Amino acid sequence: MLPVDPAQKLSFKRCIADGDLVIVYERHDTMKAVKVCENSVLQNRFGVFKHSDWIGRPFGSKVLSNKGGFVYLLAPTPELWTLVLSHRTQILYIADISFVIMYLEVVPGCLVLESGTGSGSLTTSLARAVAPTGHVYTFDFHEQRAVSAREDFERTGLNDLVTVGVRDIQGDGFPDDFFGKVDSVFLDLPQPWLAIPSAGKMLKQDGILCSFSPCIEQVQRSCETLRANFTDIRTFEVLLRPYEVKEGKMESCQADESGSTGSLPRKRRQRSSEEGSNGREISNSPTTVMARPSPEAKGHTGYLTFARLRCLS
Amino acid sequence: MSQSNKLEEDSYHNPRVAWEGCSVLLDINDGDRLVFARLTAGSTLTIGNKKYPLQPLIGCPFGSWFQVENGKEGQYLSRVLPTSEGDNVVEKGDCRIKDESKDNRALVDNNTAQSLSGEDIDSMRRQGATGDEIVQALIANSATFEKKTSFSQEKYRLKKQKKYAPKVLLRRPFTRSICETYFKKYPARIGFLRVDTLSLLLSMGNVGAHSDVLVVDMVGGILTGAVAERLGGTGYVCNTYLGLTPYPVDIVRMFNFSSETCRRIVRCSLTDLCCSQNGTCVPVSQSGEPRNIESQSQEEKSSMCSVSMDESAISSESGMLDLVAETSTSPVTKASKTPKPGEKASQEAISFWKENGFSSLIIAAPDVDAWSIVKELLPFLSFSAPFAIYHQYIQPLATCMHNLQLGKMAVGLQISEPWLREYQVLPSRTHPHMQMSAFGGYILSGTKIRIEDQLQPK
Repeated sequence: MLPVDPAQKLSFKRCIADGDLVIVYERHDTMKAVKVCENSVLQNRFGVFKHSDWIGRPFGSKVLSNKGGFVYLLAPTPELWTLVLSHRTQILYIADISFVIMYLEVVPGCLVLESGTGSGSLTTSLARAVAPTGHVYTFDFHEQRAVSAREDFERTGLNDLVTVGVRDIQGDGFPDDFFGKVDSVFLDLPQPWLAIPSAGKMLKQDGILCSFSPCIEQVQRSCETLRANFTDIRTFEVLLRPYEVKEGKMESCQADESGSTGSLPRKRRQRSSEEGSNGREISNSPTTVMARPSPEAKGHTGYLTFARLRCLS
Repeated sequence: MSQSNKLEEDSYHNPRVAWEGCSVLLDINDGDRLVFARLTAGSTLTIGNKKYPLQPLIGCPFGSWFQVENGKEGQYLSRVLPTSEGDNVVEKGDCRIKDESKDNRALVDNNTAQSLSGEDIDSMRRQGATGDEIVQALIANSATFEKKTSFSQEKYRLKKQKKYAPKVLLRRPFTRSICETYFKKYPARIGFLRVDTLSLLLSMGNVGAHSDVLVVDMVGGILTGAVAERLGGTGYVCNTYLGLTPYPVDIVRMFNFSSETCRRIVRCSLTDLCCSQNGTCVPVSQSGEPRNIESQSQEEKSSMCSVSMDESAISSESGMLDLVAETSTSPVTKASKTPKPGEKASQEAISFWKENGFSSLIIAAPDVDAWSIVKELLPFLSFSAPFAIYHQYIQPLATCMHNLQLGKMAVGLQISEPWLREYQVLPSRTHPHMQMSAFGGYILSGTKIRIEDQLQPK
């Protein structure tokens, strides 16, 4: 997924090869991650797609099924991965992810701790941010979830940048090996205040912690705990409002030659049948591209609380 | 493990400790005033009507606090170490008012509550009283202090502390802090690009190590700097521009970029990019606009150059905002050793990009029509490469999105508007901030696809 090996970099010449991970794009809300395998096929409502037809084509190509249906084959990115990964838990989406990485000041070379791993949505973006020289250590107390996450990072080729550990961070804290070495910590735990003292020990001075909590009561308790050793404590909520765009014709309200405004329905009929061949103001009525917010959107994901470890020396 | 050893081959700096010559962000009195400065032997910071040398900040870790103290040679900035856990001046606000019975019914605003006069305070100062002592004296001599609720007592204390015992916080200039500072003080200079919007551009543009990112940065360099920060001295950020004059990217020098990172920031005019290798140029349809843009950008540039003068004027008037510290030497000339960021891209690099394509495209060009620039730049993008376009108005993005859809040039097209709200979290007093930024602009994002004429949609 990441061009850690510059030879794997996206390019006009970079073609899909056997064993590559591709994102099969049907629609903006229908995508799937597929490992390309010479003898394998993909079957969906558009027909049967042979993987062997994909090999040797550039990423971004349109490919056809036996019935003439088509999909696009995209190169995986952390953003696309977030949309296709298997949900083992509630996951973080792009608005929160982007803000967390910016606010945690994660840059190449950073050492980052995360708990819990969950489905690895944020982890994938953290890995991109610390690459090529940094590392993400992520912990989940759920053995099976950790195993699945490891498999995913193997699949997305991030296993050199991410290490998954099985550990109850709320109960046992982070491993002592990280004492004072960590640039940033991310917590997505039901009782983050239990893990905050340990996170404080792992951070470098002025290092940043972020805690993601859906409920304000969790935030309240976390902030009380943070005040002991942290400064610059700030809580945010970040959302994305999606927009719909469409092209439409709209009747203008100019009085026409007859001066009658009541002729509106007739005009509309004329236009649809005769493509505006008569009536100047109708044929001139241009189409407009219009945008409006989508009626449905996420109203809440969680609160993001950030804090910096106080400098004591 | 640390970013320094691999990325800063020129001279070793612990990136968490301020070194001589580095760029810093000074936060005076909890965000009341934010000042960018370069730590040199001669640089100073003006608080009130006094100048304080910044020398004591050199060698201190970022995140340190400083306060004015009296020394033999007058007042100077001295580092304050929090003595024990939780005992920090900033955090004294942690007063619990679960069952507060006081209120403001007895408060009369007749300006007689304070019995200390300005002269009294001056004479205390002459006798060497510290700022904290003056604040204590003011509290002791306030007739109404005891009647205030603990919350408003704290407000009073903070107000007096800001005036008589100002605190300076040494901050690391990072994309986050630089963007927030500009957004707060001079939003127009960064095209009103809010920090969450910028963070989304970086994600949607899949910016990471080894990427070759094509950008159009007409937002003062904040975008170029943000991309370069994520590249960590690998890949390239190629800044393209219409006309002959590159857009100013002065904000890039606020970052403490290594020379390797600076080398990775290059520029290339759209004309050069469109020129084929044998020297013939593909005409760029600009519909007579480049002239305007060019003169406009020059204007912008000249206004950027005079920044320090303008701002010291502003700061002396309002006593509030200034972005460039009163340094004796200009920050630009000081950074002579490191390669200048934003050099012209080499011919080899341009040829390479033409052959292979850029790995992503990010545009923040408030004054250029989105579709007309996307149309020119999309051919330089690899297939399956993502792009993100920022604009303050939705219409140009809607038109652009529509045209991309009609031309079947991209998939996953989406216009989104980021929304950000900050909360005050205090015991029994948690609520959203009273003031918020109600608008962070719009982003059009998508992924370029390969157009194949022979393939017909079913």
